Amino acid sequence: MKLDLLTSLYVFMLAGFIGFEVIRRVSPLLHTPLMSLTNALDAIAVVGAILLVGEHKSTLSTVLGTIAIVAATGNLVGGFLITDRMLKMFRASGPKKP
Amino acid sequence: MIGTEQIIEITYLVATALFILSLKWLSSPSTARHGVRAGELGMLLAVGGTLLHHDIVDYKWIAIGLVLGTIIGVPLGKVQMTAVPQRTALSHAFGALCVTLVGTAEFYLRAPDVPRFMMAVLSMEVILGSLTFTGSLMAAGKLQEILPQRPITYRGQNIVNLSLLAIAVGVAAYLVLHPGQTEYFPAVVGIPLVFGVLMIIPIGGADMPTVISLLNSYAGLSAAAMGFVLDSKLLIIAGALDGASGFILSVNMSKAMNRSFSNVLFGAFGQEQAAGAAVQQAQPVRSATAEEAAAILAAANKVVIVPGYGMAVAQAQHKVRELYDALTKRGVDVKFGIHPVAGRMPGHMNVLLAEADIPYDKLLDMEEINGDFPQTDVALVIGANDVTNPAARNDASSPIYGMPILDVDKARTVMVIKRSMSPGFAGIDNPLYYLDKTLMLFGDAKSFVGALVRELAGGQS
Repeated sequence: MKLDLLTSLYVFMLAGFIGFEVIRRVSPLLHTPLMSLTNALDAIAVVGAILLVGEHKSTLSTVLGTIAIVAATGNLVGGFLITDRMLKMFRASGPKKP
Repeated sequence: MIGTEQIIEITYLVATALFILSLKWLSSPSTARHGVRAGELGMLLAVGGTLLHHDIVDYKWIAIGLVLGTIIGVPLGKVQMTAVPQRTALSHAFGALCVTLVGTAEFYLRAPDVPRFMMAVLSMEVILGSLTFTGSLMAAGKLQEILPQRPITYRGQNIVNLSLLAIAVGVAAYLVLHPGQTEYFPAVVGIPLVFGVLMIIPIGGADMPTVISLLNSYAGLSAAAMGFVLDSKLLIIAGALDGASGFILSVNMSKAMNRSFSNVLFGAFGQEQAAGAAVQQAQPVRSATAEEAAAILAAANKVVIVPGYGMAVAQAQHKVRELYDALTKRGVDVKFGIHPVAGRMPGHMNVLLAEADIPYDKLLDMEEINGDFPQTDVALVIGANDVTNPAARNDASSPIYGMPILDVDKARTVMVIKRSMSPGFAGIDNPLYYLDKTLMLFGDAKSFVGALVRELAGGQS
């Protein structure tokens, strides 16, 4: 348990650094799609909700978990859809681009 | 022999790599759509892998949840581009709701035997989750104009808010020591729910870009905390990425307004400015008709258009595109100068202009465009105010002093499309309007730009 926790903290720290370095490079042009994409990725929380509901340990956990799945799936589907729609609109000004 | 357990872990590992690649590819518009594909594939793998888990005994409610979520998600993915800020706030609320509910369920399943560290992260998950949930709903309501956009402030507001948060943290700390006292847990969820509402009440529309970014960061951190509780590395990483992204954006936004986080969240910005507003009212301004303005634009070599939230409100972006076309056809070099906090969320203006089919290499951010203004013939300001206010550079008594601005006043001629001389949302007077080189074009952004386009077309034939 203690070791697991430490590993988790390392993972969190390293992921934070990677996130910082990767996201710093995203052009301000794409900051809105960035936010909707990270939002969609954040919907990975759905896996936690799926396990919670699937294990069916109590009525409360199943009810709360099902609502959680609905909320996260809504973000997942909506987030990817709108990010793609936005990115499709970004076009360069044709062949004579500087 | 590889068991189901290992297969699931491998799908998570691959999904993690895909998530990071997804954000990496977003660095350039040419690869950005691969990023979306990578993210989708990662998500599919992770969800698919999870469904194989042998602890799952009942699929019925999972299926119902996934189907209902998809039904809600599709319209959320199809909203108008002008509604993207409120949609984003709403999705922060959804993410936070999911995390809060799972955290609550986990607590009641595990109590009273919750190890101290686990109880601490679980509290963090639930506190951040629930304040983000109501806070984001409030932000979405203000952006959708269901709620008044005006900041509402009262005496002792910060003390009330901070004490509430302190009480929630205090109760959580007590639960860390005595996890068996489950009757206190509702307070750890409920008080931050109230705090979330109170936190957004004093915040005005112009501060929304910072607040949305900050809520984004909270949503990510609460998901990461959930990863600690469930011992899921995938969730920790996704949460950390989201948290980092929100954090970077909030820092950018605060810098672009020359304000600290605490000032955005706790400074009653709306108050102090109202006082300074009436001072310079009586000065004369020069105004021009569409015909005169079109003639000047047609004679220019280099035009920089500076759009702001007013352009979005007037839905003028498609007319602006027509203006861009008309000018480009005459050989005028047209660029767009975009301030980081123009609009109601980071990057908002870029999305609206890209939707109107303006090539993205013409959209330049503040740092890129500011050096160009001295060589610019006409700077055309559409629906932007504070971000062009030279008082930010040279009037130490101005409430926005020190805020980085677009130096439109360095252009040879400045044109400002504005409904009237009434001070804008923030209520700060803009000395730009009284300069000799400034022409005020009074009218609705959409119809005035339309008139300019007609004049330009008429002059040509």
